[in-house]
Amino acid sequence: MSASGKKIGALIVDDEDLARQVIRELLQSHPEIEILAECSNGFEAAKAFAEHQPGLIFLDVQMPKLTGFDVLELIGTDVSVIFTTAYDQYAMRAFEVHAVDYLLKPIGRERFEAALERAKSRLGEKMLSAYELAAAARPPQEFLERLVVRDGTKVTLIPVGKLDYAEAQDDYVALASQGKKHLKQQTIAGLEAGLDPDGFVRIHRSYIVNLERVVRIEPYGKDSRLAILTDGTRLPVSRAGYARLKALLDGRK
Amino acid sequence: MHPLLTRNRFGLYLLAWIPLAAILIFLTTSGGTLSWLESAAIVTPLCAVYAFVCLSAWYTAKSAPIRREAALRLTLGHSAAAALVSSLWVGLALGLVYLLSKTSAFQGLDLRFAPQTRIFFGAGFLLYLLAVAYHYVILSLEASREAEAQALKSNVLARDAELKALKAQVNPHFLFNSLNSISALTSVDPVKAREMCILLAEFLRMTLGLGEKASIPLAEELALLERFLAIEKVRFGGRLRVEENIDEGSRSLMVLPLLLQPLVENAVVHGIANLPEGGFIRLSSHSHDGRLAITVENTFDPESTLARRGGMGLSNVRRRLESRYGEQANLQVSADARRFCVSLLLPAETGEQHN
Repeated sequence: MSASGKKIGALIVDDEDLARQVIRELLQSHPEIEILAECSNGFEAAKAFAEHQPGLIFLDVQMPKLTGFDVLELIGTDVSVIFTTAYDQYAMRAFEVHAVDYLLKPIGRERFEAALERAKSRLGEKMLSAYELAAAARPPQEFLERLVVRDGTKVTLIPVGKLDYAEAQDDYVALASQGKKHLKQQTIAGLEAGLDPDGFVRIHRSYIVNLERVVRIEPYGKDSRLAILTDGTRLPVSRAGYARLKALLDGRK
Repeated sequence: MHPLLTRNRFGLYLLAWIPLAAILIFLTTSGGTLSWLESAAIVTPLCAVYAFVCLSAWYTAKSAPIRREAALRLTLGHSAAAALVSSLWVGLALGLVYLLSKTSAFQGLDLRFAPQTRIFFGAGFLLYLLAVAYHYVILSLEASREAEAQALKSNVLARDAELKALKAQVNPHFLFNSLNSISALTSVDPVKAREMCILLAEFLRMTLGLGEKASIPLAEELALLERFLAIEKVRFGGRLRVEENIDEGSRSLMVLPLLLQPLVENAVVHGIANLPEGGFIRLSSHSHDGRLAITVENTFDPESTLARRGGMGLSNVRRRLESRYGEQANLQVSADARRFCVSLLLPAETGEQHN
């Protein structure tokens, strides 16, 4: 089908055996697609991705520990993704809005072929950012429960309750948790949008702080302040940041 | 429909005019030019007419609801209306006085009334504004009563809808995933695919049937759960292990239909489905001392989706228990590092005949 005779390497990621089985079967009539690996969870998927560099991934949305969106965050977006889901109205809407390929289970031949064709035509195109997609798929009034960070091949999950503060560093945010810092490729505004605004405050252009960690606020120079955290860390607080912090603390009383 | 035009309200409204008329009589006689009798002869019919005229304030009040930004416009508008209505009223008064002055009893009344015209105009003006204010009060009272009634109604509706939803509770996620499993099995294991179809059909049929009953023997609920778990076992394979520890004596006791189903579903969705290596679900029940104790236990990952764990299903079960048994029932949730446990304690009802 594809103009070049080159095969397209694919990953199938789903925690259910039978669900992978269906996709494998549907791919049998597509010799141009080569299944490089099958993964039953997100960690395996991230590892297999690094190992095989596939061009195409069939990615289940609901999986234990790491969801399909988490996996996408970890592997980046230089790959064609076809999401699969049984029923998740928010994810489905997000896929529709952002024109992301997806398949509903049970997966029918016709829809499968159409999605595959489209994915092949998009091969190598960059998708929109994984964060945006994940944010769009999150039900309203729900916030991140944990953050996913990759350091080389190691994947770390940080429950948001264990996040002390986040600091913007160019294209990255440094997540401070339990005395360690983890770098994650994300904007601080993007991170802020995913965190519960009742628990996390943007105290500065470059800082978000976990409200639980703030011990006190000290004046610092003219017009600015410092937030002192439980572990002694001192973070700058801008004037606007102080106003937000104060509004939140007053609201809590 | 004007709110005051019901029988008892209208009577009260007219009664309220008596002291107003009395005050007006007092004011107009205090000038010294009119006698009590003369004043009463003028004021009484005029107030009777004005009582009806002031009812019209309802329509102006209704068409111009109070808003802060329009305060000035409202004040000016109502004042102008009051001045106009009051002028007409004074005109009417002058006409009446003129007619009266033609009779022998009230000769020269028109001359003696003239100094009181201003008082009449002022009274008419204020009374009309009073009527406007009064109607605004009535309007806001009605609005709040309506809001209350609306809230009550939507509450009842929500309750109804909730009950209906509880009774026909099949998670679409479960349904579609099961169908996907069947579709996968058709080629690799047709016999198993057929088995799964039967299981699913039985589960759905039971769900539909049980929802209609007020209570069912625990054995029936367990039969439903067996189907449910058998289906999920096909999906999750070795990841789902089920243990049952059911005391024979408790099987015939009556429980609310589909009471345990959401708990077991939670155990799968929030427990097993979040564990890459899977885990167990343990159902146990026993009865003693007139109480039926049921527990649903499962392995879970305390770090994942903590907030949503239990969630809706649990609070629904709690509410149903409360409305059915009141203080007689008890639901407890406990969790340790890897085990999540919901315990129910219900009155042991041997109940009606099996139907």
